[in-house]
Amino acid sequence: MGGEALVLGFETSCDETGVGLVRGRTLLADALATSMAEHERFGGVVPEIASRAHLEAMVPTVHRALADAGATIDDVDAVAVTSGPGLTGALLVGVAAAKAYALALGKPLYGVNHLAAHVAVDELEHGPLAEPSIALLVSGGHSSLLLVPDLAQDVQSLGRTVDDAAGEAFDKVARVLGLPFPGGPPIDRAARDGDRSAIGFPRGLTGPRDAPYDFSFSGLKTAVARWVEARQRAGEQVPVADVAASFQEAVADVLTAKAVRACRDHGVDHLVLGGGVAANSRLRALAEQRCAAAGIVLRVPSPRLCTDNGAMVAALGSRLVAAGVAPSSPDLGADSSLPIDVVSR
Amino acid sequence: MLVLALDTATPVLVAGLARWSPDGGTSVLAERAVPSSNRHAELLTPAITGVLADAGLAMGDLDAIVTGLGPGPFTGLRVGVVTAAAVADARGLPVYGVCSLDAIGSGERTVVTDARRKEVYWAAYDHGGARVAGPGVVRPEELARPGPFVGDPVFEGRLGADVAAAEVTTAGLVRAAEPQLIDPSSAGALVPLYLRRPDATPPTAVKAVSQA
Ligand SMILES: [Zn+2]
Repeated sequence: MGGEALVLGFETSCDETGVGLVRGRTLLADALATSMAEHERFGGVVPEIASRAHLEAMVPTVHRALADAGATIDDVDAVAVTSGPGLTGALLVGVAAAKAYALALGKPLYGVNHLAAHVAVDELEHGPLAEPSIALLVSGGHSSLLLVPDLAQDVQSLGRTVDDAAGEAFDKVARVLGLPFPGGPPIDRAARDGDRSAIGFPRGLTGPRDAPYDFSFSGLKTAVARWVEARQRAGEQVPVADVAASFQEAVADVLTAKAVRACRDHGVDHLVLGGGVAANSRLRALAEQRCAAAGIVLRVPSPRLCTDNGAMVAALGSRLVAAGVAPSSPDLGADSSLPIDVVSR
Repeated sequence: MLVLALDTATPVLVAGLARWSPDGGTSVLAERAVPSSNRHAELLTPAITGVLADAGLAMGDLDAIVTGLGPGPFTGLRVGVVTAAAVADARGLPVYGVCSLDAIGSGERTVVTDARRKEVYWAAYDHGGARVAGPGVVRPEELARPGPFVGDPVFEGRLGADVAAAEVTTAGLVRAAEPQLIDPSSAGALVPLYLRRPDATPPTAVKAVSQA
């Protein structure tokens, strides 16, 4: 235990400034600053506002993480940072900071893939990942289905959204229903009092000839907006709870059906959920039900670790250190569209 | 004291090492000026490693960090500022921010650098080198300054005047930081000189997705 490396992880791919500390698979600190409130009136994340906030929050967030862990900066053995995918300007603040800490401390640096980090974080709560696993990652920025034979160096993309990320659809539907941004939590809350079979919203890309593991949420989002507008034009009350519940059901149905199918097709009996949308109560419930029926072990990190944070980056960094993967070169940069098969670079 | 000076406010990133003392002045030990356009994040830490090697010194020898706060294109600018803040934090060193334009040229002058969007960042200095106007951002045609101009010669035509080519230097950064090096309590926060608000407009109303 004492022999394991203390890894400092940085995450700045979107609007959360995350700094985490992990030793082995033990979570020591998960400090977070968010600029979410500043984006609220724009109905989405404004990259320049997020980048400015990252710079402001960086050093104070490192201090908070160290204080939470009862560690000093000199205790750090390795530094990890999200190198992509994400918003370029936002990524660069974290990459530059991580490179500077690593250089100043004389410690190795690992530039890592944000999506793989979403999978790695589950090891902090549920122990070593079963390999291979299937991972379903859904957030405002991504919707991906992955096959993970070896988290340290072999992660494969099975499918992804062809248009909007699932989280974006939540944001847009929330706006149509007059609910606040970000849309995930208020829709989840509104749906509690609704009937999820009230409205049969479309399930995108579920036809026999569609790509089995790709997602599409644009048509669903438009269908919800049309349905709501039609009620409004007719001067009728919009049943917000029923719309929210039926929309949420359509999203959860497609996501879980495709994830379970990916497990079956690949003979994999472990499924990991991650990303902010994994905090959605209906998605979790339906995933549990369908995984149980299919004999699949479902692993879902606690909601706090599902959303973007620094601990997930430290967790993947820790895994890379343990696996003896070579650190990044000194000219590491950010890659906004880093492919998923590049776990570290 | 040994000072590490950094700047990423222009397309040429600067990393330099200087020996500074209140009475002995500044001597630059090593300097790298790297044309890097939008690759500041990739190239800055290698440049720091490079100047330390050039001078035969190590991280542990540093006494203070000086960094340009711009104005400059935001994405690259932040790379230098956060790097300076992080190195200083990791080593427990003081860090001093300066206006990057102060580090370009010397004496009486108006400094102009590329602000993109057909504008320049500018500041004006008196014969003693003290900044008397700016920093600001303006279309070169509207910059009513007498000159002489130094900085980016690409704007000669639109200024209607000669511009002597000059870039950020280590000596210029240390010179600009001198008041803070002498009196560390005068150091300000490391806040970039953005001069422009973020591009963002709130959505006016929910757009209808279907036609009537
Ligand atoms: Zn994410």
